[in-house]
Amino acid sequence: MSWTKKHLLDIESLTADEIVMVLDTARSLKAVGKRAIKKVPALRGKTVVNLFVEPSTRTRTSFELAAIRLSADVINFSAEASSFKKGETLKDTARNLEALNADFIVIRHSASGAPHFLSRVLDAHVINAGDGAHEHPTQAFLDAFTIREKKGKIAGLNVTILGDILYSRVARSDIWALTKLGAKVTLCGPATLVPKTFEQMGCRVTYDVDEAIRDADIINLLRIQHERQRKTMFPSIGEYSSLYGLTKARLARAKPDALIMHPGPINRGVEIDSEIADCGRSVILEQVTNGLAVRMAVLFLINGGTAARELAASQTIETASH
Amino acid sequence: MPEPTVILDALAIQRSLTRIAHEIAERNEHHDQVVLIGIPVGGDHLAARLAKILAGIWKHEVPFGILDTTMHRDDLNERMAPTVHPTDIPFDVNGKTVVLVDDVLFSGRTTRAAMDALNDFGRPRRIQLAVLVDRGHRDLPIKADFVGKNVPTALDEKISLLLTEAGAPEDAVILKKNAGG
Repeated sequence: MSWTKKHLLDIESLTADEIVMVLDTARSLKAVGKRAIKKVPALRGKTVVNLFVEPSTRTRTSFELAAIRLSADVINFSAEASSFKKGETLKDTARNLEALNADFIVIRHSASGAPHFLSRVLDAHVINAGDGAHEHPTQAFLDAFTIREKKGKIAGLNVTILGDILYSRVARSDIWALTKLGAKVTLCGPATLVPKTFEQMGCRVTYDVDEAIRDADIINLLRIQHERQRKTMFPSIGEYSSLYGLTKARLARAKPDALIMHPGPINRGVEIDSEIADCGRSVILEQVTNGLAVRMAVLFLINGGTAARELAASQTIETASH
Repeated sequence: MPEPTVILDALAIQRSLTRIAHEIAERNEHHDQVVLIGIPVGGDHLAARLAKILAGIWKHEVPFGILDTTMHRDDLNERMAPTVHPTDIPFDVNGKTVVLVDDVLFSGRTTRAAMDALNDFGRPRRIQLAVLVDRGHRDLPIKADFVGKNVPTALDEKISLLLTEAGAPEDAVILKKNAGG
């Protein structure tokens, strides 16, 4: 079985086998970062453009390093220092980049669906690095990878996602990936941020934090998204952290082998007590390392898919014309 | 589709590996400098078997590792992304005699990729190539130092190595014609 998709736009459209393919490839590529020469020539000569219209340092740096380790050339394009300020549309910006023969456009945008739009107007491969509150596919890959690496499996595990679900593209991508891979997902947080409608995605919603984490194998914490909230969804940060934050006492009531995850950046003292963030059960830093590996895997797999797809398509046209 | 032919059965494979091990020993006087590196899929298990036989000859452990060549292939832009296997070389290759181990030598491109991949790990003193089967049809100027069996083949045939380590009921090297040509 091979990867055939030209773009990575969301997890929703992927099969479980396709997700596992990314995880398996990432596992083999993770070792590259531990070598003296941290480079392989697989994407030599290819150009990767990071089009980060919504700012990010960690995801952008991760994609940049992933491309560099595959020997690709990287251009970073951020909204502040660009012609978006002069009123250039997204489509024109991307088309200009494509005119420079960009092979890959990695896009982060505040509008849901921006990557899907680009995939329809560009020839380049489009990779979604986060679109609005919609999806963040590579975060879901690295979360699934981390869980599988630490626990040996994903199917049958209890994963609790705790925090601001409503505005979180990470939550949505995680829910898709984990449910496709057979995990039992529980969502928890303030009722204003965790609507019951999310149960339609195949997960469980509860507002009782202790109940949510009691049987959890994985506790995935999401941060409060100041920039995406239109109005205040809870009375104060202090109230949030006392009711929904992962405190040392709360963690002590969870399973002894439960692991703590967080997509970052963490708000110490808000969604997680400072001292637990660094404890042995936190795999937050490993998530960062794994993020690099899965992004290398995505770039590698997508690079291969198109040529064969086009070849297969041209052969179909040939046989059809006989 | 015609039935596959067995080129080497389990006993023949074992005899070939034993002979290859003795040839490696004969060629390499400085046996403490020899390391084996197998190319998945197939070459990795063969390297482990050879390491064991050589350890019996030389009376000391022979280091062996696995080197995946996928990232160094020359056809990545023309085909769907191949499966990437883990690489594990738990020793220093600088100054060593590296014996690359592969199951089948065909165009030579995998060997070329292996040498490029190995280059990123250090500078061996020399590289030798051991293969279980040489089926001819080289595209590049590459030759094996140690060969289990020479099997002339047609381009539309395929040679596969089945090993018990990989789940096969018994070891075998089989040849079959590609269906449809």
